[in-house]
Amino acid sequence: MRNFVSGRAREIPPSGIRKFFDLVLTMEGVISLGVGEPDFRTPWNICESSIYSIEQGTTSYTSNKGLQSLRVALSRYLAQHYNLTYSGDDEIIITSGVSEALDIAIRAIVDPGEEVLIAQPGYVSYAPCVTLSGGKPVPVRCMEKDHFKLDPDTLAEQVTSRSKALIINFPNNPTGAVMGREELKAVADIVIDHDLLLISDEVYAELTYETRHCAAATVSDLRERTITLNGFSKAYAMTGWRVGYLCAPKELCDAALKIHQYVMLCAPVMGQVGALEALRSAEDEKNSMVSEYRLRRNMFVAGLNRIGLSCHVPDGAFYAFPSVEKTGLSDVEFAERLLKEQKVAVVPGSVFGSGGEGHLRCAYAVSRKELNDALGRMEAFISGL
Amino acid sequence: MDEKDLELLRILEENSRLSADEIATMTSLSTADVQERIHTLEAAQVIKRYSTVINWEKAGNGEVSAIIELKVSPERDYGYDRIAERLSRFRQVKTLRLITGTYDLQLIVTGKNMQEVSRFVSEHVAPMDRIRETATHIVMKSYKENGNTFFEQQEAERLPYSF
Repeated sequence: MRNFVSGRAREIPPSGIRKFFDLVLTMEGVISLGVGEPDFRTPWNICESSIYSIEQGTTSYTSNKGLQSLRVALSRYLAQHYNLTYSGDDEIIITSGVSEALDIAIRAIVDPGEEVLIAQPGYVSYAPCVTLSGGKPVPVRCMEKDHFKLDPDTLAEQVTSRSKALIINFPNNPTGAVMGREELKAVADIVIDHDLLLISDEVYAELTYETRHCAAATVSDLRERTITLNGFSKAYAMTGWRVGYLCAPKELCDAALKIHQYVMLCAPVMGQVGALEALRSAEDEKNSMVSEYRLRRNMFVAGLNRIGLSCHVPDGAFYAFPSVEKTGLSDVEFAERLLKEQKVAVVPGSVFGSGGEGHLRCAYAVSRKELNDALGRMEAFISGL
Repeated sequence: MDEKDLELLRILEENSRLSADEIATMTSLSTADVQERIHTLEAAQVIKRYSTVINWEKAGNGEVSAIIELKVSPERDYGYDRIAERLSRFRQVKTLRLITGTYDLQLIVTGKNMQEVSRFVSEHVAPMDRIRETATHIVMKSYKENGNTFFEQQEAERLPYSF
């Protein structure tokens, strides 16, 4: 029999270090700081309105783009919160999570052989999605000395004649780094000079702790060449609802919509109804979750530094990204031994690509008590080395 | 009272057992500053006291509580204040509010058992001057008190890892 698996499917690497992650499943009493999702339940008003709509029989397909009411509400929300101007009629597509939005965005713009620059450390899906489109992922390393912001000179060095696009994600998973307007301007200059397209994944936009989020499409003249991705998962604790969205100028949006209508048809209507309610009435709930993350961040990062894992204060998202360099262990060794010896699960930074090695991603989206317990166990582990 | 004071109050309302050190780390204030702010809030009676939310039903001491509504004839110059103050002195009265609607005052009363609660109402509350009518509602089960739910919630199934 032939090997039926496509070259492209073979080409994408299996997700990280599978065996290590499987081990967590079999262990009891593990404190997991490895989960990239809020520990809060979805605010009840959101759940309630979705349940009610199911009772009313709202269970069919929606327009490919998503519910008109949701797109209109979103357009207004984006204008109010980020100064983004996207028309609800033809510049917004509601997707099944940002994951789908990312996939259709990349497929809409990448031809085989073209290079896509990816700021790393970064979310694990970017490179495989580029590969699946026949493109070539090119990592651009963000340095710890820059607090993991994207350095324009490093970016410029990686640009070639085949470069088509740049993918960034600020606030960043896994580093928590945030880029302000001035810093983004320097990146914008290079993107515009080399006629690149920008894909900006802003799913953590609501989770910033020091400054308001700056949307990339509002910087310089980036709007016409930017695809903005965002979603409801992180801000409203709605990961399982699978609702994200893609915003772009009409021409790009139309291209992505063609792919979306063939592969997804539409995002689940229950999720869309919940998302609409989130925009209407969950502002206070969202703000109180953000306040709680801020308290946890301050507490946890101070704790990491106290026990000897140096860590910059992340300005956004809910991840701390401490260095394990001083322990003499690699990130993978550290994570494996910490799990086996002290039952704390963290994600080795190298999973997130270039520049992640020597670091751990610790999600502080767990209760303060668990964070304190985890810190205690990590301290015991380090002092036993 | 500034933003930081409000933040301190929210933190303490949720868990008053945190040390000043812990609160200082969480809020990026110095420990001394936290201590001073808390002291000021205590002195101003913004912080009334530190207590514990207990699910008495679970503790199984058989205590009963009741919501009692009263129609009251207000007094010239004092309105409801004097009678409300008299009522609030009773140990059994845990909460007392002036409300709109059919009744004027609403009390939450607790007692060792139903007899104690009804005796308290009939012997001490109802006969008071200016009280025209009472309605007593015995609490059968409590689902939520001061923001704390008293029913078991199933733990949601979570991935141990996600990127």
